[in-house]
Parts: sequence; structure tokens; C-alpha cells
Amino acid sequence: MSLTLTRPTKTEPETTPPKRRTRPRFLKHVLLSGVGIVMMYPLLWMISSSLKRSDSVFTDESLWPSVWEFGNYARGWTSLSEPFEIYLTNSLVIVVLSIVGNLLSCSLAAYAFARLRFTGRKLFFAMMLGTMMLPGHVLVVPQYVMFDRLEWLNTYYPLLVPHFLATNGFYIFLMVQFMRSLPQELDDAARIDGCGPFRTFWKVIMPLCLPAFATTAIFTFISVWNEFFAPLLYLTDPELYTVPLALRQFMDSEGQSMWGEMFAMSFLSLAPVIGFFIAGQKYLVKGIATTGLR
Amino acid sequence: MTTAISRPRRRQDRAGYLFLLPWFGGMVFMIVPFFASLYLAFTDYDLLTPPTWAGLANFRRMLDDATLHQSLKVTVIYTVVSVPLSLMVALAVAMVLDRGVRGLAIYRSIYYLPSLLAGSVAIVMLWRYIFGYSGVVNDFLAWFGIQGPGWASDPRYALSTLILLHVWTFGSPMVIFLAGLRQIPAMYYEAASMDGASGWKQFRSITLPLLSPIIFFNLVQSLIASFQTFTQGYVISNGTGGPGQSTLFYNLYLYQKGFAEFDMGYASAMAWLLLMIIAGFTVVNFLAARYWVFYDN
Repeated sequence: MSLTLTRPTKTEPETTPPKRRTRPRFLKHVLLSGVGIVMMYPLLWMISSSLKRSDSVFTDESLWPSVWEFGNYARGWTSLSEPFEIYLTNSLVIVVLSIVGNLLSCSLAAYAFARLRFTGRKLFFAMMLGTMMLPGHVLVVPQYVMFDRLEWLNTYYPLLVPHFLATNGFYIFLMVQFMRSLPQELDDAARIDGCGPFRTFWKVIMPLCLPAFATTAIFTFISVWNEFFAPLLYLTDPELYTVPLALRQFMDSEGQSMWGEMFAMSFLSLAPVIGFFIAGQKYLVKGIATTGLR
Repeated sequence: MTTAISRPRRRQDRAGYLFLLPWFGGMVFMIVPFFASLYLAFTDYDLLTPPTWAGLANFRRMLDDATLHQSLKVTVIYTVVSVPLSLMVALAVAMVLDRGVRGLAIYRSIYYLPSLLAGSVAIVMLWRYIFGYSGVVNDFLAWFGIQGPGWASDPRYALSTLILLHVWTFGSPMVIFLAGLRQIPAMYYEAASMDGASGWKQFRSITLPLLSPIIFFNLVQSLIASFQTFTQGYVISNGTGGPGQSTLFYNLYLYQKGFAEFDMGYASAMAWLLLMIIAGFTVVNFLAARYWVFYDN
């Protein structure tokens, strides 16, 4: 980018202060937009390829398709072992239940850690922080054996039950931080008015925690929607496949040349994440800044 | 007297434990497998017949398992290159953005979006074609008269394409750095400029020390996550770790051993070896932190 600096213009008068500031500012925007184009190009290329004929995806280099092929979406929808709405529904059911589970179980735990005094609170809180650092792969083999013994293989239980048991410490931590920022007087006032801890939680604290819940919901949506390892491990029946598992079929030999269809369904699989990102950006940015979650 | 004090205390305990009930259940789901996995590491186990004690046999096998060594090499190279690289890019871009740029929110969104998508199957599949023989990258190189190889299908370059995929996600540490940079009082820089400190000097003496706890936090987190990479290797090679084992990440090999060959004792031993390696890197990180992380209190 410094190349653009080495082109002096003789006609320009002595650089006055405002001008001196404008030039670097302009260069900065050129640089930042350049990085932005590189960052977005893979996505734009995917969208463009989803609208090209499969045989011209790698020959038509322009982002603007010379022939528009909307049929990719219709053909891609039915070209896998099940129609695509099956996969979308499966993913959606898992995502919605995971969000519900995370919100319920993590907010209960967070309220206990943030607001209640009980024996062993510090120890349990330290354990919770410890599980945040624990690499999940250590647990995979015994968990698989356990789910096999419970006859949960090829069901959604292995994917859903952990979310109802507050196993993701990041969300608890996020909510604890948020609840600690609420004034203690709220709880005291509720107690004087005769509320027990459950009423206080449900009527006073929960409604105030909506921003933290929104952050949790969005992060859960994105991570569960993209999740690949657990469905790969636990789901073998194609009727139960989630969207990422289904997409993988395009890599098998029959799907190898259906590039237009593949990119069409790939883009469909990303669209909800992009939508949630645009709608919930505020919460995402705040959430990352407070917990370092990604 | 004692009962009068302990009764509300006990009631508080009961409320606390009730709220934690789901979490206790979750801990059972984690603590039992944690110790079970340690036990299985010392056994032969194929899921169908009960585990038989094998002593250190699994660990001894690891010493001679060339595929395991390859998977360790892939994972360590990936981690050691991609984590610092993406953190440096994140910091550099955050610093440019922090100096009051118009349209900050738009740039931030554009840079951040890829980190939400990079873990998805769709993007890794896309990567395979972008870095394919007739992909976009080679189209671009062709402008300069260079005919590139099929990057994703060449054992020499396949891992590099995944490192680039990791760098593509610099947006999430960048958002954290931006939040951190905003905490640094502007007067530090004003005082430094008045004393004639150059931009580089200001970066070395103000920005870096004050941001170091956040850089450290990101480093620890990214290292732990990066050692467990699975999806990228699985999807780009369609489950094989190829071409030529060049994308055989440690966890992909663990998956093949445990869930394709059902050699679950060996897979557990592998899991514990990786846990030890991650713990080792994390401890070194914390020890090194004494020399470069600065806490302002």
C-alpha cells in the first residue's frame, strides 16, 4: 500500500494541516477496504458460484455470472439422500431446544453463583471455571460409551441433554458477570416483600438479564448450527442428519461434479448465521468483549 | 442458639443447591467420563467386550506409531504458526481501527463475520475449491503469469490453506483487542508525544504493556482451541486426513482410532497425551507471562 505514497503531485501547494490529515486517512480507508474485500471475497465467490452452471463454476471467473442458474437451488434441495427441508428441520429443532436448555440451566446456576450464599459456593465456582479450560476431547470416549449404554446413539439426546445440564461454563460465566452488575437492593427489596429465592429469580432477576440471554441465545445458535463433531459421532441415520452432516454428502463421489448445487446449499446453510449476525451484532460484540467467547 | 443461626443458613444452602441441580447433573456428565477416560487409557477396549487391563501398553505403542507422530506434527505446526499469526493480524488491524476511523462499525462487522462461519462444513468445503487447481487463488496468480498447484490437494500446501483459514478468523480476537485498546487512557499517548516518543516507541511502551493481559488471555484460549482442531482436517480431506496425512490433525486420528477402529483404550490414551501437551503449553504460557504480561495495579 505504501506504493501509492510514492507518487508526488507537483502542482499541489504546500501541504496545509487539514490536507496532511486527509491523505493518510484516505490511504487508511483504501487499506481497510482492501482487507475487507479479501475477507468477503470467499463468501461472494460462493454466492456467485451458487448461481452459475456447474460446468462454468471454474471457467467463468467473473463474480457476475454470465448465465444465471437459479435452478441450482431447486436441484440442490433434492439432490441429497433426503430433501433439504428434513435437514433444516432437524437442525432447527436441535438449535431451538439447545437454546432453551442453555438459557434455563445456565441462568439457574448463574443466579446461585452470583446471588446466593451457600456452603461450597467458592469451590463449585472454581470447578465451573475449571471445566471451561478442560479440553472436551478427553471426555469423548467414555461419553460415547455412556450414551451407547443408555441406548442414546442415533437419537438427539447426546446433543441436547448436555445443554440442559449447564455444561457450558462460558454462558454461566457470562450471566454471572451480568447478574453481579445488578444492584443487590433488588434482591433485598424482593425479600422484604416476601419473595423467596425462586420468585426473586423468576420475577426480578430474569427480566433484567434479557441482554445476557440474547447473547447466550445467539452464541448457542451459531455454535450448535455449525456443530459437526457431535452429530458426526452420534447420528448415523440420514433421516436424523443435521445440515452440516448433510452437506458433507456433496463431497462423496456422486456429488463431486454438482458444484453449483453444492454452493447453493452451502450458502443456504450459512444464511441463518449471517442473518443472526446482522440482527444480533450488538449482543455478540458485547458478549465477546466480556467473556472472550468466540 | 445454634439452631436459630443454622436454620436460615441451611435454608440458604438448600436454595443454592436446588438452583445448581442441573449443573450438578452436568458435572456428573463430565467428572465420571474424565476419570473413566483415565482408566480406559490403561486398558484394551473395543466397546463390545469389557475392558481388560493393559498397563502401559497403549503408551508404549504410541512411541512406535508413526501416524501418531505425523498427527502431532500437523497439529503442532498448525497451532504454532496460525495462532500467533492471527493474533498479530488481529492486533495490527485493531490498532488501525482504534485511531478513530469513520465507518468503524462496518469494518468491524466485515472482519468479524468470517470467525462465525469458519468452523462450518460449508466454508471448509468452499476452501477446498478456492484453493483447488482451478480455484480462485490460481485464477488470481494467473494474472501474474504464475500457474499455482492444487493447493488443497498437494501434501506440501494443504495444511497452509487451513492456516490461512485460521487467519481468516482474526476478527474475534480483533474485537477483544478493540475493547481493550479503548480502555487505555488517551493522555498516556499525549504525554508520550509531548516527550517526543515515536509511534513505534509508543506502541512498545504504552500499547503493548497495557494490552498484554488481553493478548495473554487470547493466546491461552486460542492455543487450547487450536490443539483440538477437527472439522477443518476432516472436511478438507473428506475424513482421511490426506493428501498424504498432511491434514491428519491429532483429534482426527483419535476419531479414526476410537470410532472407526473402535480401539478405545488407545484413543483414551491419546486423549490423555494431548491433554498433557495442552497443559504443558498452558503452564509454559503462564510461566512466560511473568516476563511480558503487565498488570496495572
